[in-house]
Parts: sequence; structure tokens; C-alpha cells
Amino acid sequence: MRTILYILQKEFIQVFRDKTMLPIIFVVPIIQLLVLSFTATFEIKNVNLAVVDHDNSVLSSKLISKFSGSAFFKLKGRAVNYKEAELSLKRSDIDQVIVIQNNFEKNLNQGQSTHVQVVTNAINGSAASLMSAYANSIIADFNREIIVEENPLVNFGLPINVQANFWYNPELDYKIFMIPGILVLLVTLIGMFLSAMNLVKEKEIGTIEQINVTPIKKYQFITGKLVPFWIIANIDLAFGLVVAYFVFGITVLGSLPLLFSIASLYLLAVLGLGLLVSTMTNTMQQSMFISWFLLVIFIMMSGLFTPVESMPNWAQIFNYLNPVAYFIKINRMIMLKGSGFADFQREVYLLIVYAISVLTLAITRYRKRV
Amino acid sequence: MSVRVEINKLVKNFEKVEALKEISLKVEEGELFGLIGPDGSGKTTLFRLITNLLVQNNGTIKVGDYDSRKDFKEIRKITGYMPGRFSLYHDLSVEENLNFYAHIFNTTLKENYHLIKDVYSQIEPFKKRKAGDLSGGMKQKLALSCALIHKPELLILDEPTTGVDAVSRKEFWELLKKMQKTGITIMVSTPYMDEASLCDRVALMQNGNLLALETPENIVNQYSGDLWQLSTSNMIKIIVDLEGVGNGIKNIFRFGEKVHITSSGIEFEELNKTIIDFLEPKGHENIIIEKVEPQIEDCFLDLMDEN
Repeated sequence: MRTILYILQKEFIQVFRDKTMLPIIFVVPIIQLLVLSFTATFEIKNVNLAVVDHDNSVLSSKLISKFSGSAFFKLKGRAVNYKEAELSLKRSDIDQVIVIQNNFEKNLNQGQSTHVQVVTNAINGSAASLMSAYANSIIADFNREIIVEENPLVNFGLPINVQANFWYNPELDYKIFMIPGILVLLVTLIGMFLSAMNLVKEKEIGTIEQINVTPIKKYQFITGKLVPFWIIANIDLAFGLVVAYFVFGITVLGSLPLLFSIASLYLLAVLGLGLLVSTMTNTMQQSMFISWFLLVIFIMMSGLFTPVESMPNWAQIFNYLNPVAYFIKINRMIMLKGSGFADFQREVYLLIVYAISVLTLAITRYRKRV
Repeated sequence: MSVRVEINKLVKNFEKVEALKEISLKVEEGELFGLIGPDGSGKTTLFRLITNLLVQNNGTIKVGDYDSRKDFKEIRKITGYMPGRFSLYHDLSVEENLNFYAHIFNTTLKENYHLIKDVYSQIEPFKKRKAGDLSGGMKQKLALSCALIHKPELLILDEPTTGVDAVSRKEFWELLKKMQKTGITIMVSTPYMDEASLCDRVALMQNGNLLALETPENIVNQYSGDLWQLSTSNMIKIIVDLEGVGNGIKNIFRFGEKVHITSSGIEFEELNKTIIDFLEPKGHENIIIEKVEPQIEDCFLDLMDEN
């Protein structure tokens, strides 16, 4: 036990003597939290719109003003013909084109039907479907107004009145959804990289050779490597929660001690994984590359940006091996829904199994040899 | 306290390279034992096998009564090992390094200060300095202090004087001699042949073979053949000019500023004439040839040439 304390003392001296370490631990997470929560959003705003108005009538300008009055659309100007609009679409100057045909007003006034063409840049499929839905709803709205105007006596009410209630995030604010996930991301980055770099650094500099001929036991050495980053990552989480509260006004609905207990458990798994990578590589470069590779896959598949449920079946099965997915799910539940242990106990048990296996592997893979 | 080291038919292969080819040797208690040989001769491999940083393919190593494979934990407790590459923490100070190694061997700097006093006192004025900022010689002294702090019975030093200036080298050997008087067994490797004469016994290694295992005096005494020292006015291209000089001459090699020539079955007069006749047309003047007593380096070069 005393040996572990001495190893810890050494590790802490080294961590805080490294001048780049303090900024890495405290500045990087804050920047990540602030930048990512504002930018990692799927909300569509400022859709650049071009209008090709072949009619140039009162009604057609009324429809166009409906678009320009909306917060989603930004009228980027009118094109004379469709060819010109298509060119701007190609240059990505605009995202969407509305084409109003000749005789638009005339047809409507005569009680006939007419056409409006909506062309959307669909490189980003989900954004395109949102844009197209917005455009459709504006046109539908316009349509209804005309019908009411033309037939004032007909009661044009919809048979079912849908009242939507959004729970846990009533204003559908994307930031509220993202922040618990980003908090997970930042403790993961700190934990995984620092642990993956640390042991292999001793190999690269050669200090491991001197350590290996001492009577230090494997588990003591691994514990000494694990605990400092475990503490640092927990402090980072606390720090991130404070920033989330003061900057975004997000409070943890569930129990804070529960959140930190699960974070600690999760960190054991992540740090164990980092140390495992560290024991299997010989240079910091190899270690960095492998942990980066793992992290990119883990994060993309974790449900941070897209729901896990909409991934293919094999991906959902893969996510059993993805600790990030567990903790993002749990963290959102605790922070936003105030869920308790019973609501995610399956995930917690799986994390326990995960942490134990990874740490055991890391300790057995570490050889006191050269 | 000291132990003896017995190495029996030790074989170590790395993939296709045979690093050690059936090496057997014994190091007596309290001996200052030197392992001499060029780079790649197997010195470091041998040390790593003793400390169980590597595992042999065949053969046994015994340190005292401990077997290097079965009882490596015990061996590590009684062995002080100083790797060839500086392996202490660059970002920790002299004092912090020393305290750390003392603690993980369950002792303290205070308790064992007397053991390392001779070495440590030389770097103590810099104890707050980071190990990475020390000079080469001071680094070696710190590494030696760290290897000694737990009162080892066997001290293994892998090329402690490589990359260290001549004065520091001399100091370092004086320290080793002092250390030896406390009764510890010391195994030290070096690529510098002149350091061999400072050891009690030396093993000469080349390509994983043991060429000689003797006291330095005996190695010199066993030298067969005659040794001549040659100097001329043009020492720069002398080796090239001596190519194909003729019968009776076995070996020609540089020795400091001079050239050493070994011969057998040929008298001074004849040798003198052969060389002068051979060199003068090539523009050499002041050709001086004299018989010299072999030094240990001559013996090693001779032995290595034979193999």
C-alpha cells in the first residue's frame, strides 16, 4: 500500500510539473464544452433561398414574403430563370430554389390548381428533408389561407387538433441535448489520452527498464498510473458541470453522488482501455494513433450526435463494447430526466464487467520485461 | 554482503540472431568483474537475462541460490541495476528520484545514506536540479546512487562510462573500487578496453561468444608473438600504405597515435628492413620501430582477430 502511495506521489509531481498539463486539464474541456454545444447542432436556420418567379403577381409576391418573413429562410435574391438558380445551387450559394410558374395568380383566381416547384440541395439528407418540410408547411399554410379567402363560408377546420408536448426539453433546445454528451466526451478524451500516453512514455524514454527491475508489483504500478487520471477526470467532470450551470443554466435533475459514482466506474473502464493500449504499444505515436482510432469509432457510434436506435442492428450490437455509449445514455438520463439507478441498472452492470475485464487485461498485458 | 553469480551454458536468440552462444562463467563474491566487448557482442543481453528483463532460450543463471527464472523477484530485491541508457525520471529532481527509488525498495535516503555517501556527496549540491538537466557524468553518479540505495548484494552496471568524459570516467572507476571494498559483487560492462585492467577479472565477448575469461594480468601474460610499435613522418595514411607488407607480419592496427604490429617467427632486424624498404618508396621518413610490451588492448585485438 505504501508503495502505491509513493508511486502516486511521483505521478502527481510529474503531472503538475509538466507545464502543458494544467491547460490540457482545465482549459481544453472548457473550450470543448463552449464550442461544441453551440456548433454541434442539427437545427436548421438561415436556409439560403432563391426564388424564380415567372408570374410576378400580387399573389406570388405574397407567397415569397411568407418565406422571407420566416426565421428559417434567408432570401438570397431572385433569379430570372431556373438555369441561373441551378447555377447558384451548384456553387452552393443557395440551398433551396422555389419556382413559381406562369399564370400562378390567374389559375388560383379561376379556382384552378397550380404548381410550385421546390428544389433542395440534398447532399446532407437530414438537413434537406427538414428544409423541404419547412418549405412545404409554408406553402400549405398559404394554400389554406387562399381557400379560406375564396370560400369564407366554409368552416375549414381540421378534424383532429394535435397538441404536442415536449418533455425534458420543452423548448427543443439542442444544447440541452448535447451538453450531457459533451461532458462525457471531455472526460473520455482526458482519461483515455492521458492514460494511453503515460505508460508508453516510460517505455519510450526508457525509465520503464529501471522500474521493471524493482520489486514493484504489476497491479501497484498500474494503480499508480490509473488513480491520478481518474481523479483529474472526475475534477474535469465537476468543472464541466459548473460551466454547464453558469453558461447554459443546466442543472443536474438526478442525484449528483450517483452521477459521480457512475462517472468513476466509467472512467475505470476508459482508463483501463487507455492503459491497455499503452501496454501493447512501444511508442507514443503508436499509442496516440490507436487510441484516436478507437475514440473516433466509439464517439461516432455512441449516440452523441445520432440516436443509437436508428443505427443498423450490427452497430447496436457493437455498442455493447462501447463504454462511451453507456455513459452518454446514463448521463443524459440522470442530468435531463432525473432517472435513478433502477432505470439504468443493466448498463451499470455491463460497465462493471467492462471495467473489470479491461483492467485485468491491462495488468496481465503489462510485462516487467523489455 | 555479496553473492556469486553462476552462468551455465546460457543461450539467447532474437529471431534469427544468436545473441549469446552457450556462455558459461562464474563471478565470485565481492569481485569486480568486467565484461568487455564491442557493441553488439551480447553484454547488455547478458545483463538483462540476469535481471530477468529477458528470458533465456536455454541454460541457467544463478545469483546466490536464486534461479533467474524461478526466483527473479528475489534477485531483483538484492540486485542494483543501472541500464545503459539513462533511465531515471528527467522531470524529477535528483533528490526526488533518489527518494522514489529508496521508497519502492522499502527504505529511505536517510537510512542508507552511508551506502551512497561517496557517490551522492558529489552531486548533493545539485539535489534540487532536475535529473534531465544534469551533465552526463552527474547523471551516471545519480544513476549509481539510485542503483545502490537499497543495499544490493550484486551491482550490475551496463556501460556506465559510455559517453562520459575521461576525468569523470576515472572518478567513476575510483568509486567502483571503493564500492567493492564494502563487499558488494560488481559486474560492469564497457566497450573501452583500457578499463579492463581496472577489473579483478574480465570476460572478453564478441558476437555472443566468450573469447577469454581471465585476470587482466594473465591475459597479458598469455600473449603470444611479438609486438612492435611503429611511427613515421606520415601517420595519416600509414595503414593503407602498409597493406601487403609481407611475410611474418600478422596484424597491423592503430594504437593511439602510433601503429602496433604483431609478428611471429621474425627477428627485429628482418622486420625493420622489410618495413623500411616497403615504406620509404611511399614517402615515409623517420621510420622508427621498437619492441613494446603488450597491453591489454593488444591482447584483446589479437584474440578478436583470431576468432
